[in-house]
Amino acid sequence: MTNKPLTKPHPAQMEAEPTSQSPAYQPRFDIVESDNELTLYGDMPGVEEKDLDVRYENEQLMIHAKVPSRKEAETMLCEEYGVGDYQRTFMIGESIDPAKINAEIHNGVLVVHLPKTEAVKPKRIQVKAV
Amino acid sequence: MRFNIPWANEINRMQDEMERLFGDRSGESMFRPRAYPPVNIWEDEDNLYVESEIPGMELEEMELLSNDENSLTIQGERKQPPRAEGSTHRQERSFGRFSRSIQLPSSINAEKTTAQYKAGVLKITLAKKEEAKPRHISVTAG
Repeated sequence: MTNKPLTKPHPAQMEAEPTSQSPAYQPRFDIVESDNELTLYGDMPGVEEKDLDVRYENEQLMIHAKVPSRKEAETMLCEEYGVGDYQRTFMIGESIDPAKINAEIHNGVLVVHLPKTEAVKPKRIQVKAV
Repeated sequence: MRFNIPWANEINRMQDEMERLFGDRSGESMFRPRAYPPVNIWEDEDNLYVESEIPGMELEEMELLSNDENSLTIQGERKQPPRAEGSTHRQERSFGRFSRSIQLPSSINAEKTTAQYKAGVLKITLAKKEEAKPRHISVTAG
């Protein structure tokens, strides 16, 4: 009898893994586009201003938030949600002015304003009566 | 959804097995609709703690009720904030009225209940009644 491995071994780098042990949660987002900007609204309960990292790079908006554990007991009587870091990335196709991006968080809701560049804003053309 | 007829035990067991295999471990079920808001509950000797993620609320839009010593109701309305005119590309968040009643695992003293709302997380501390607290029994060597 030969000792054949049942599963093919594969190199470790084939699977990208996060370096931290705790799982990252994907927050829910609404995205609205107006003439002047794209606005993102995200539910991120437990996150405060200091925990947030929002960056825009290569047309990608990356949102990451560190959430410290709030667990005070070893055993939970009921556990319907997990507490951990949030992570989400969006591809932003519109032309955005990176210098004018701003974000605020209030009661666990993150709002990110991505103002469009002047070049892509729709222009209203004045029609003159002659 | 759970089946209560005797022969359905097998189906229930299969559901549990499937959830264990395919469900995520955040407590979300593939079969039962998710109750809103989700809660985590834990306890120590003196208190019960109920924590709930309800982002985007103002204090006056939320109400906590304790009808008897074993239940707690969280209710309110999550209002959609006014937003700029435009087209919606993505709509993942939900809004509207909600009400959820929770059966508590031990008797509580409603007058001593405190709650705080911070960064979209509601944490309720419910003081246990004296008779619900664990008693220490001293063991003597005989």
